[in-house]
Amino acid sequence: MRFSITISALLAFGLSGPALAQDEVTTVEPSGEPRPAAQTASGSDAIGRETVVGTLGGDDVGIAIPAFAADRDVSTPANASGTSALGVELARVITNNLRNNGLFKPTGPDSLPRPSFPHITDPQWSTWSSRGAEMLVHGYVRARDDGKLIVGCYLYDMALKDELARSGWVVPPADWRRAAHKCSDLVYARLTGESPFFDSRIAYIAETGPKDNRTKRLAIMDSDGANHRFITTGRATALTPRYSPDYRRLLYLSYVDGNPRIYIYDIGTGQQQLVTQSTNPTFAPRWSPDGKWILYSMAVNGNTDVYRVSAEGGPSVRLTTEPGIDVGGSYSPDGSQIVFESDRSGTQQIYVMNADGSNQRRISFFGGRAATPEWSPRGDQIAFTYIPGDFNIAVMSPNGRNFRKLSNGWQDEAPTWAPNGRIIQFFRTERNSGRTALYQVDLTGENMRRLETPVDASDPAWGPILP
Amino acid sequence: MNMKFAAIVLLAGTTSLAACKSKAPEELPPGPGPVTTAPVQAPAGPAVGSQEHFVRAVNGQNVIFFDTDRFNIDSADAAALQTQAQYLSQYPNVSVTIEGHADERGTRDYNLALAERRANAAKNYLVSLGVAASRVSTVSYGEERPVATASTAEAWAQNRRAVTVVIN
Repeated sequence: MRFSITISALLAFGLSGPALAQDEVTTVEPSGEPRPAAQTASGSDAIGRETVVGTLGGDDVGIAIPAFAADRDVSTPANASGTSALGVELARVITNNLRNNGLFKPTGPDSLPRPSFPHITDPQWSTWSSRGAEMLVHGYVRARDDGKLIVGCYLYDMALKDELARSGWVVPPADWRRAAHKCSDLVYARLTGESPFFDSRIAYIAETGPKDNRTKRLAIMDSDGANHRFITTGRATALTPRYSPDYRRLLYLSYVDGNPRIYIYDIGTGQQQLVTQSTNPTFAPRWSPDGKWILYSMAVNGNTDVYRVSAEGGPSVRLTTEPGIDVGGSYSPDGSQIVFESDRSGTQQIYVMNADGSNQRRISFFGGRAATPEWSPRGDQIAFTYIPGDFNIAVMSPNGRNFRKLSNGWQDEAPTWAPNGRIIQFFRTERNSGRTALYQVDLTGENMRRLETPVDASDPAWGPILP
Repeated sequence: MNMKFAAIVLLAGTTSLAACKSKAPEELPPGPGPVTTAPVQAPAGPAVGSQEHFVRAVNGQNVIFFDTDRFNIDSADAAALQTQAQYLSQYPNVSVTIEGHADERGTRDYNLALAERRANAAKNYLVSLGVAASRVSTVSYGEERPVATASTAEAWAQNRRAVTVVIN
């Protein structure tokens, strides 16, 4: 762990400017050749698991993930010890990814023999079957003359003694972890039939200091917590970030001018501007799935309503007109509907409306309060904060049926979906101390874990699969 | 003076109607000091227009408190705001910001809206007592600035508040 942090720090140091270089990963044949256009990375005939829901821990698939082989050990900016050491790191990242979702029982490179380069495409079956592995991940890393890395990834079925999937990627050295996430996604998608989610990022609020004088900073990181970076200094309180779908911008609330206002922060340039010119407080910013629209909430004379504005600016359209608090909002994946929160009935409840504000109707009817709805990227579920007393994370269908509670904390709130709509992240506040941390849970509610962050953490916002 | 009282009674009536829909009553917030109807005497000491001068002159009633998920001005709040209005009437060059706050037992965005509602309710009350709206601004801090840090009903009652702060 200490090792990988050092690498990240070195990388962050070496990067010129804040540019993300996220659009520089090219998918290729594992040989390094360009891919035929028709080929896709994930197979459609998943074996034995149709859906994540209902999968129990008892039949975890054992996966051996030995070190990726290097054709020859050469120096690379991605690892101070060269491509051979980088091959170990790649396998460690994949092992860590696959360990943490309750589906697999991965064994990493630190307790496995190291395959040689020629054996990556010609596995030594007896070596791995004697270790009880049902699946085998092999891979290699090769430094090209232009400094970029080619990473190949192969998934083998030990019982069939056959290859299930393969892919390869060309990445700049700074993005080597993305190749490991792509390989994790290949394995996950092939074995579960679900869409990938590892190659994505998270924006959140990093918290430090005592409860009555909290410092809150906007921060971003990879889906596994790596490549962590603070965006704001903490002089002004920052809250509720949201990544734009293309990862180029962040919406968030800042008290930088003394009042709560939503800003759009450009990650490439470091510049930010107000979402709307108004002397009224604005908060609860959200993107439309295509990134063209922004929803925000604004209080005028104490009355809060939901508004929509183009991401490029211009006039705002008011979508709600009730005298109560109408706040938040999350688009359906096709952009045609918005789920939001309102206390027009007397308590916080969840409502759905058409994207133009018409046909507003309540969907939450299960006692207690219901808040912070977020529409799944798959469209089939709405995650929200369920408040029968304590605060829990729950899901329901968009018609309000099929209510299910997924967490049992004292105060769990603000769910955000993994790009594949199969995992929900949220933050948990500890009673009295006010300490906060990010957690994630799958839709069974059985696989809950904490996501480690450098300091306390709240208001997570999970972005889509990286472009 | 009669007119003023009539306005207060009217407002109090409206707000309690609006509050009918909410839940069982919570614990009452700490009681305010005695209501004074005589003009506020400027104490010797802090300069006119300073926060300290204001807080002393209103006898510590620069903070009002709210029940859970409520923003109505109850009788204790009304008395405190009346004392504040008297100060502002006596010192017409003083402007204030009312800071709205919520307790930690709410979701973040809703708490921002709720605290703004509370600050705005206090502002509207001052304006109804004759204070020019241009002299009263509001800011919502949601749940971000608690004064009591325990996770108890008592601490939450202290944090559900609107604080009047003198600006220069």
